[in-house]
Amino acid sequence: MSATTETSDTQEAREETTWQTLRRGLALSPELRTGLAGTLALALVYMVGRVAVPVAVQQGIDRGLVGGLNLNVVWSVVAITAAILTITTICGYLMMRRLFTVSETALANVRTRAFRHVHDLSMLHQQSERRGSLVSRVTSDVDQITQFLQWGGVILLVNLGQLVVTTAVMLAYSWQLTLVVLAAFLPAVFVIRQLQRRLGTAYATVRQRTGTLLGAIGESVVGAPVIRAYGIAGRTERRLDEAIDRQRLAQQRAIRISIVGSSVGELAAGLALAGVVVLGVLLGVDGTLSIGQLTAFLFLVTLFIQPVQIATEVLNEAQNAIAGWRRVLDVLDVAPDVADPGEQGRQLPGGPLDIRFAGVRFAYPGGPPVLHDINLEIPAKSRVAVVGETGSGKTTFAKLLTRLMDPSAGAVLLSGVPLTDVRFDSLRSRVVMVPQDGFLFHATVGDNVRFARPELTDEQLSAAFTELGLSDWLEGLPAGLDTPVGERGEALSVGERQLVALARAYVADPDLLVLDEATSAVDPATEVRLQRTLDAVTRGRTTLAIAHRLSTAQAADEVIVVDRGRVVQRGPHDELVRDADSVYGLLYASWLEQTR
Amino acid sequence: MRLTAGESVASKTSRDVLSRGLGVLRQAIREQPRIFAVAVVGSVLFGGMIIVSARVVGSVIGEVALPAIERGEVGAGTLALAATALFGISVLRVAGIFGRRLGAGYMQYRLQASYRRRVTRRYLELPLSWHHRNSTGTLLSNANSDVEAAWYPIAPLPFAVGTLVMLVGAIVSLFATDWALALVGLAVFPALFALNVVYSRRMAPRQARAQRLRAEVSGIAHESFDGALVVKTMGREAQETARFAGRAGELRDSLIAVGRLRGIFDPLLETLPSLGTLAVLVVGAFRLRQGAISVTELVSVAFLFTVLAFPVRAIGWVLAELPRSVAGWDRVRRVLDATGEMPYGQRVLDPAGAGPATLTFDDVHYSYPPAEAHPPGAQVLGEVGFTVPSGRTVALVGPTGAGKSTIASLAVRLVDPDSGTVLLDGVDVRELTSASLAGTVALVAQVPFIFDDTVRANIALDRPGVDDEVVWAALRLAEADGFVAALPNGLDTMVGERGTSLSGGQRQRLTLARALAGRPRLLVLDDATSAVDPRVEAAILAGLRSSTAQAGVPAASILVVAYRRATIALADEVIYVEQGRVIARGTHSELLATVPGYVDLVTAYEQAEVERAQESSYGDDVAPLPSGLEIEVDR
Repeated sequence: MSATTETSDTQEAREETTWQTLRRGLALSPELRTGLAGTLALALVYMVGRVAVPVAVQQGIDRGLVGGLNLNVVWSVVAITAAILTITTICGYLMMRRLFTVSETALANVRTRAFRHVHDLSMLHQQSERRGSLVSRVTSDVDQITQFLQWGGVILLVNLGQLVVTTAVMLAYSWQLTLVVLAAFLPAVFVIRQLQRRLGTAYATVRQRTGTLLGAIGESVVGAPVIRAYGIAGRTERRLDEAIDRQRLAQQRAIRISIVGSSVGELAAGLALAGVVVLGVLLGVDGTLSIGQLTAFLFLVTLFIQPVQIATEVLNEAQNAIAGWRRVLDVLDVAPDVADPGEQGRQLPGGPLDIRFAGVRFAYPGGPPVLHDINLEIPAKSRVAVVGETGSGKTTFAKLLTRLMDPSAGAVLLSGVPLTDVRFDSLRSRVVMVPQDGFLFHATVGDNVRFARPELTDEQLSAAFTELGLSDWLEGLPAGLDTPVGERGEALSVGERQLVALARAYVADPDLLVLDEATSAVDPATEVRLQRTLDAVTRGRTTLAIAHRLSTAQAADEVIVVDRGRVVQRGPHDELVRDADSVYGLLYASWLEQTR
Repeated sequence: MRLTAGESVASKTSRDVLSRGLGVLRQAIREQPRIFAVAVVGSVLFGGMIIVSARVVGSVIGEVALPAIERGEVGAGTLALAATALFGISVLRVAGIFGRRLGAGYMQYRLQASYRRRVTRRYLELPLSWHHRNSTGTLLSNANSDVEAAWYPIAPLPFAVGTLVMLVGAIVSLFATDWALALVGLAVFPALFALNVVYSRRMAPRQARAQRLRAEVSGIAHESFDGALVVKTMGREAQETARFAGRAGELRDSLIAVGRLRGIFDPLLETLPSLGTLAVLVVGAFRLRQGAISVTELVSVAFLFTVLAFPVRAIGWVLAELPRSVAGWDRVRRVLDATGEMPYGQRVLDPAGAGPATLTFDDVHYSYPPAEAHPPGAQVLGEVGFTVPSGRTVALVGPTGAGKSTIASLAVRLVDPDSGTVLLDGVDVRELTSASLAGTVALVAQVPFIFDDTVRANIALDRPGVDDEVVWAALRLAEADGFVAALPNGLDTMVGERGTSLSGGQRQRLTLARALAGRPRLLVLDDATSAVDPRVEAAILAGLRSSTAQAGVPAASILVVAYRRATIALADEVIYVEQGRVIARGTHSELLATVPGYVDLVTAYEQAEVERAQESSYGDDVAPLPSGLEIEVDR
């Protein structure tokens, strides 16, 4: 799986060039261009500082030291150079300050926009990606870009400039010696380009194996009870050790390639120095080169090698950053398939909502149909239970009704308004779903309940728990509303989490409440109590409950029976059970057998 | 928490951090002495070559080029010698680079691997109660980023050591050349060194803050995307985005602060050696006029100042990483030094032929380890005693939060009781070997855990004797053979996070099959079929009941946590628990006749039906009783 991701990454890289990604990125964050010209100008001045010393050495030697000492000349050369260095240092500071401020601000915006965008993507899209990979779009991928800009990016910018400025000064002194230097570095550049490609693959392997390692560590942590209960610590150790070693070997391979890269640069520098000395002395003997110029050249060669030396590493970092950027842009480019009509959309009419499914079909992409041609009308204020066996399609009802997904064909209408026309703010405030897994945020019980309505006071929350008949449970908690629920609510039992989730939906005060097996993990006595209180507090609103326990169906005004993607029966419980051989009749018989 | 400490605190304790950081480095050297030696030798060679190269460049200018240009002629031999010397130095420097970087890299990666191994070993050894006290995220980063952070300074360490040697060499070489130039060196080198130290010291807390904010941003993203369904269905995207944007903004500001510091120090670190070179020119010119030095020496010293700047930064890199290293090391040590592992005993229960196992709880008490949601020492179980006789099925019934799952965990020794004993076939479970325990009992937990692996691997878990035939038999018994056969690659289908996603009921049935495949003599089911439809569940239970000894799965005693009447009905005996105590035990009908709490729980649905019938006989327009009141009456 990870191996295929890796190849698809490289394929993507071929489809879109670095340049195209940069253009896309700039189009998305025009603020990156803010003051760019000024920043580049400052960078250019900063780079002049790098060649100031070799030039000073040349001037000092030729005009002040050799062929008659002239201390005044030395003094003035040094003074002017020191002044130049002061200016270039300040320019360096200003350049970096502007660069970091602009780029960090732009990238923080990209990060936040990508975060919002992931939330806007449909449930379907979110589920098709690994949760972790969506998280990395707004974390490590953006981090990679900012880290590159802070380290590699500046190095790249400054060194490219250094290469240009150094070459210019060298050319001014002697074109012949410049040719020698370029000739010595040409093969190195070629070799480094090759190495850099191999290094890219090597780093990709490191990343992939790090991913596997993290997975293995995660399993050993999350699966600790299973590992212990089944006595498979040995097996887990072997898997961990293998993952750890494979990652280490990949890291070692990458560093070997990287070292070869910088060694090639170093050898090229040695070659260039040797060449410059030989030709330089010969030119000096000819009288076309001064001793100061030759000295300056030796200094300049060392300035020239630095960029080449770090090129392999920095270019790799650049590629990773570009790849990260591309992944962020790709997420932002996915059009939400369940889109908010926004300003153009309609508000749901006030009062209780009725439901209509008109010729609704649904299939997951590439999958078999889940719902076939559903036509249903559910009057306002009714309490309806949807029942059916696992895989019958009953949960799909809830997802379509809350517009977590859109039907493949047909339409879902609330009080006559097609859901696709309803503004999300209206939809979300009027229609609330309680999912089976009562996800809680790492906060207190109270904060979780007031999730949708932060303005509620503790008193109002306590009152809500009392109305739901849960005040005893709440008082039994160590700190009542202020009890922390732990990561994902894991400090509470599964059933308790469902209670909090129910309270959260209840205080949101919706006109249509959709319960998706919302009480599947609480004990029957509590469930029955909740059922009855819910009946009371939701009277006057429309309720649709996806039921797993048929007690819910018994209490509902009407039961809708789904079987293999079709509505096969509907009516009050008492009516439906009369036909013992019907789908519902059989379900109920089994239920009775289970509970009586 | 430690990282939120501001800069002032950081500088107050920086001496402490420095000495402890050096302690961590010493530990690293003790563990990898040979490879460290290779790296340092390489680094010293590299540093030595920098000094030598400065001398050679000086000589080439002063003794080869200058006379040649003055005389207007040059000997081919001298020129060749100069060129060879310069190239030879490069070759030696390459050798130094290889030794230094290869040594440092291998040392860092080996240490990381070795400590990852130790930390994860510890995870496997430490008891579940320890795991519960630590969040998943903490444990993941202990084994990953904390280990990495602890050994980050290893990468530049040999370079820094070599640079220190080189600096001493440079000063000696300067004094050997000329005392006046040496004084310039004595002014510039310490200043450069000090600038690096100040830079690292200022940078460390800023980096730490950025790192902490990065983790927080990531935490918000993780949580928010995990709860995407809730965010979406309650229309809280904008508020969640605001929450994320707030933290992302803090991160932005902290990164800008890091960048500004770089903006100040990076240009300064470049300019300082340049100013040194200029000072050399001035002082050198004076000394040249005095005849104290030659052009050779002047050029060589000027060159030395230019090439020295870069290696000195390595010292700063090491110092910059030390606070992070110490913090990472502390967290790693916390895991390695954690005590309280649950050692296994030496005894082995007679595996085959012994028939179903007998489980006995004898006066068991258990309290939660201190965790955030519970006051420390809150008692979960008290005076729990019961027996599951060989071959019998016992149902454990009680309201939500009564301690049923804790009893299940104790039965398979995921946790140990505070007092009292849990016995299997009369033997204290603490005396059994891990293999014997795992071979005797199997737990199917309430929340199924699926490994990121194939269906086959998830069920067999590489246990000896669990071949495909056994796997299929277990799947059949768990009513999972149908959907597994329909998976794209059958038993070879990848499941778990990166594989085919399964429904809750399917996951539960897979974990049930996993338990059955080990042919346990005692099966503990902790509400393990809650997500399975009633009809499917009935089929599974019927299968378990009738088929003990069928299809290669031998008969087992069963302890089952249950709410459903059908499940309870299958039991030979029912144990009713409330608030961590065994309230009653007996057959289902005995408890129905004598225990009111039990009656409420198991007949809840029937009562509801009766009440509904009564209500509807009063007529639909009668308003229901205020619900809160009703609850009070119920209790």
